Amino acid sequence: MFKRFLKSVREYKRPSILTIIFIVLEVIIEVIIPFITADLINDIRAGIEVSELIKTGALLIVLALCSLSCGGLAGFTCSKASAGFAKNLRHDMFKKIQTYSFENIDKFSSSSLVTRMTTDVSNVQMAYMMLIRIAVRAPLMLLFSMIMAFIMGGKLALTFVVVVPVLVGGFLLVARNAMPAFKRVFKKYDKLNESIEENVRGMRVIKGFSREEYEKEKFGKASDDIRLDFTKAERIVALNNPLMQICIYFNMAFILLVGSKLILGVNPTIDVGELSAMLTYGMQVLMQLMMLSMIYVMLTMSSESMKRISEVLVEEPQLKNPENPVVTMKDGSVDFENVCFKYAYKANRMALEGVNLHIDSGMTVGILGGTGSSKSTVVQLIPRLYDVTSGSLKVGGTDVRDYDISVLRDNVAMVLQKNLLFSGTIKENLRWGNENATDEELIEACKLARADEFVSRFPAGYDTRIEQGGTNVSGGQKQRLCIARALLKKPKILILDDSTSAVDMKTDALIREGFKHYIPETTKIIIAQRVASVMDADMIIIMENGAIVDKGTHAELLERCDIYREIYEQQTNGGDKND
Amino acid sequence: MTDKKNVSSPNMKMKKGSRPPLDMKVLGRIVKMLFKSYPVLIPLTAFCIIFSAIVSSIPAIFIQKVTAIIEEFADGKLPGENLWPEASKQIVPLVLILVGLYALAMVFLTLYTQLMAYITQGFLCKMREKMFDGMQDLPISYFDTHKHGDIMSYYTNDIDTLRQLISQSLPHLLQSAVIVTTVLCLMLWYSIWMTLIVLCGVFAMFFVSKKIGGGSAKYFIKLQSSIAREEGYVQEMMTGQKVVKVFCREEEVSRGFDEINEALFEEAYRANAYANSLGPIIMNIGNVLYVICAIATGIFLTSRVKNLSISGLAFSIDILIPFLNMTKQFTGNVNQLSQQINSIVMAMAGAKRIFDLMDEKPEEDNGYVTLVNCKTDDNGNICETEEHTNMWAWKHPHGDGTLTYTRLCGDVRLLDVDFGYTPDKQVLHNVSVYAEPGQKVAFVGATGAGKTTITNLINRFYDIEDGKISYDGININKIRKSDLRRSLGIVLQDTNLFTGTVMDNIRYGKLDATDEECKAAARLAGADDFISRLPLGYDTLLTNNGTNLSQGQRQLIAIARAAVADPPVMILDEATSSIDTRTEAIVQRGMDKLMEGRTVFVIAHRLSTVMNSDVIMVLDHGRIIERGNHEKLIAEKGTYYQLYTGAFELE
Repeated sequence: MFKRFLKSVREYKRPSILTIIFIVLEVIIEVIIPFITADLINDIRAGIEVSELIKTGALLIVLALCSLSCGGLAGFTCSKASAGFAKNLRHDMFKKIQTYSFENIDKFSSSSLVTRMTTDVSNVQMAYMMLIRIAVRAPLMLLFSMIMAFIMGGKLALTFVVVVPVLVGGFLLVARNAMPAFKRVFKKYDKLNESIEENVRGMRVIKGFSREEYEKEKFGKASDDIRLDFTKAERIVALNNPLMQICIYFNMAFILLVGSKLILGVNPTIDVGELSAMLTYGMQVLMQLMMLSMIYVMLTMSSESMKRISEVLVEEPQLKNPENPVVTMKDGSVDFENVCFKYAYKANRMALEGVNLHIDSGMTVGILGGTGSSKSTVVQLIPRLYDVTSGSLKVGGTDVRDYDISVLRDNVAMVLQKNLLFSGTIKENLRWGNENATDEELIEACKLARADEFVSRFPAGYDTRIEQGGTNVSGGQKQRLCIARALLKKPKILILDDSTSAVDMKTDALIREGFKHYIPETTKIIIAQRVASVMDADMIIIMENGAIVDKGTHAELLERCDIYREIYEQQTNGGDKND
Repeated sequence: MTDKKNVSSPNMKMKKGSRPPLDMKVLGRIVKMLFKSYPVLIPLTAFCIIFSAIVSSIPAIFIQKVTAIIEEFADGKLPGENLWPEASKQIVPLVLILVGLYALAMVFLTLYTQLMAYITQGFLCKMREKMFDGMQDLPISYFDTHKHGDIMSYYTNDIDTLRQLISQSLPHLLQSAVIVTTVLCLMLWYSIWMTLIVLCGVFAMFFVSKKIGGGSAKYFIKLQSSIAREEGYVQEMMTGQKVVKVFCREEEVSRGFDEINEALFEEAYRANAYANSLGPIIMNIGNVLYVICAIATGIFLTSRVKNLSISGLAFSIDILIPFLNMTKQFTGNVNQLSQQINSIVMAMAGAKRIFDLMDEKPEEDNGYVTLVNCKTDDNGNICETEEHTNMWAWKHPHGDGTLTYTRLCGDVRLLDVDFGYTPDKQVLHNVSVYAEPGQKVAFVGATGAGKTTITNLINRFYDIEDGKISYDGININKIRKSDLRRSLGIVLQDTNLFTGTVMDNIRYGKLDATDEECKAAARLAGADDFISRLPLGYDTLLTNNGTNLSQGQRQLIAIARAAVADPPVMILDEATSSIDTRTEAIVQRGMDKLMEGRTVFVIAHRLSTVMNSDVIMVLDHGRIIERGNHEKLIAEKGTYYQLYTGAFELE
């Protein structure tokens, strides 16, 4: 997993390596400083000349300044490296997601992808910064401080032989116990927050049923449950601090006692200056151990984020462009031959079963059926948004799997049921259909989709800005703009998946009328709820439970198909419809 | 996930380089609440912190003493001579006292850290519950005017900062403050001159950190907006991913992302660079200060300057060593102190938002008419009973002390009602509606015509400005809100289901309903059919507002939920909008049965849903422009007629 992540460092290898170099330099200087300070103290003790003193002092200050610049520079390079790494990671994820097929997209929810690209990436960014900075610094510092302590203190340094293992063991024990406890708590905590969100969203229901007290009680229980778990976890971690202190205290007492014995003993191996340096190094060693335990915890925490990012990066797109793809489409005919389809490999129910259907180029086809009858599924196979599970699907006489995907999708324009406009001007949105469309072409498409009549009434006309999600146009207007956008592709097949549900019937009829006159060669497939939207189609398909139960013209179906008759009568009941 | 865009980071609040003043009122309130919640534990914890802090600054004294003794002995020491046996008589007791103090400090430290874990979580739990309980009592207008993402961030981000504040910042602040004071006293004890030098160094540190911190704050503000921009883009593209694919726009979209991504990198780099370099710079200023102190001591020693100190000690090497150690401790803790104050200032912003939510005015309810179970006595009079009679009455206490009971029938009248959500924009004008018990009243009209507003007024989610609404002849302002709402069943267009089984969700309408009652309600609503086809039937777990169900299926469950409550009045606000017409036709039979004997208000833009109503009200811009049954309205050839024939667009 780490290898995959390292690949995303790329051009930020240089600042990463520079960071490590600066940190190493900083550590070396920092370790030397107490060493020289010990000399300085001894010099003072010996009553040396002030000018000599200043010389040593100046050296120390220069060293401190060097350490300052190294540390400061490392601050800059590590920020560049980690921010750059995060940038590349986001870029790689975004690129990868663009190669996803619908099946891949269904697997990850859009909100989870957003979290992975934002929160998770910033967690990994933090971890990377820690890695090149503190994870380099702490062990080095530890090592050097130990070496220096042994050089200066000799036998005194033996204190570390006792203290270090105790501390490391203690930290590991705490981390081992705390981590699973925290993981459990955070999971519960997330759940609690989810239930608050649910509560806020459903406030009308809660108040409507006067369930405020019930909700309070429910929440109180959940909150208290978390308190208990959280306290347990926090208390384990709270042991770190006393553990650290006890080691520091032991170290101090030991060095003082044994140190003074050594100085005053028969053969003094150290002096007072060295004793004071030992105290400094002792502190440093213990601090670094604490740092290391912190890094350990942080890295394990971020490993969850890494896992989630890596899931996005390793996901294999389900649809691939064939080798030697077909790049031209003969016409807009569609042939389903024994098509079966299920959404997930593991699903036990077929969404489509044994579909056989032939649509001539230029035909207008209507599809009717209840919720869950798989009408949308049928049409989604045509632009190869999903691949058939068995059987074959031909468009223009060629199997859809043999086409270059973008050629296929450019020729099969689909207006999705859950359609979206993007933030930007109306023009920009329309040009999604054809980037090089002239203004005249845009207006022409809008006229055909009956969108021009309201767009031209906007003060800014085609330059009107659409808010994110298209919230500033009405549902019917949005649908008409989406149809115009699809028309700009000049497709051979146009699919409308319940795309005029919010458009009034008169406009709906006018749009269909326009299709008949202006794009007669285009195959039009229309899914609708309203019978009126498909009544005059060349062929109407009735679907139920993933299968075609009947097909024919309005008159034929009215004659022989019960379901069709039922829908028709239900929708036209009252009889005085003069549509 | 909560809406991160709405979460303003503490950094946003920082003006260019300057720190906002510490909000003492909020801090005071937190401290007061802490004391109130734990009147014994808080002082005990504070005592533990202070004691362990003092003890941890004392070693300097002992080090000074020990070195002084060593000095004394070493001065006259000859090579090969062993002075330890003699010196140890003085040194060992000192070290033993030190160890004793350490042991005590350890006890207090352990006690305080454990107590702190307990207090923090207990306090947070209390705050959470207070917030939540307060929130349940807020009027619906609060939820209509506040973004849900913002409300959520009180519970996530702001509670988290509070946790940081209580478990880390406050104890550390106290600890550092105690250490700084003790060390300062000790330093003054040893040497005033030297202390002055140290103080000068500390000021230099403050200066630098303010300079750099300011630069960092500037970039952090920019970073926030870059992050928001990137999140917005990702959000939009991830939701629209399928549209991107259908239009083969992958390349263009990636290019757009890269641009935003690059800008984000620039800001993140700069903001972090300043923040990251601050630490080493401050630390090394500490180092320089250390050296300066050492040199100064040397100068003082050799030039025989007279020491000025509280203790009256002369400059000597025994002062120098502990003093230098104290320098490190002092600068380290001063730095800590300023960092803690910084994080406390930031936490105050979060705490203030939490208090704002708690202080929000709860929904007012001056209703005194209550809903009670009743039965008729031998004389045919209504009297109150504890039994479940399925017969309800309004219990109406009067000013003169008498009680009257009015049978609950579901007669709802609106008389000349005016209303606006904000004073400057009136939504309803002179609306009058008479719904007799058992009638079906429908509202038809464009979005924004005021249909939903009328239902909001009947259940008093909002209160009317002018006019009168009566329920069984009682002004609804006199009815206790919870009882009023209990008598009304509402099914809304945006169905909200809760995490739990299908059965739990239906039972939400009547908490003590048996499984059989719930199933009967589901059958009535026409939901039984699909529920029994779910893998686990009624025990199927619904999560995340029932994402595993279609919108139509969710609506059916919501209808069943209202049905189990068996209210005399029902409000169906686009309750069947997502059920396809064919299924609706099937559901309709059940719905008709469900509506039997109830007063029902129906809002629908699909006219087939409202056609069989007793009265249809056509609303336009808050006024009722047509009223009558289907046949009458068709005959009038007005707006309803145009809608029916499809000449008008409803959305």
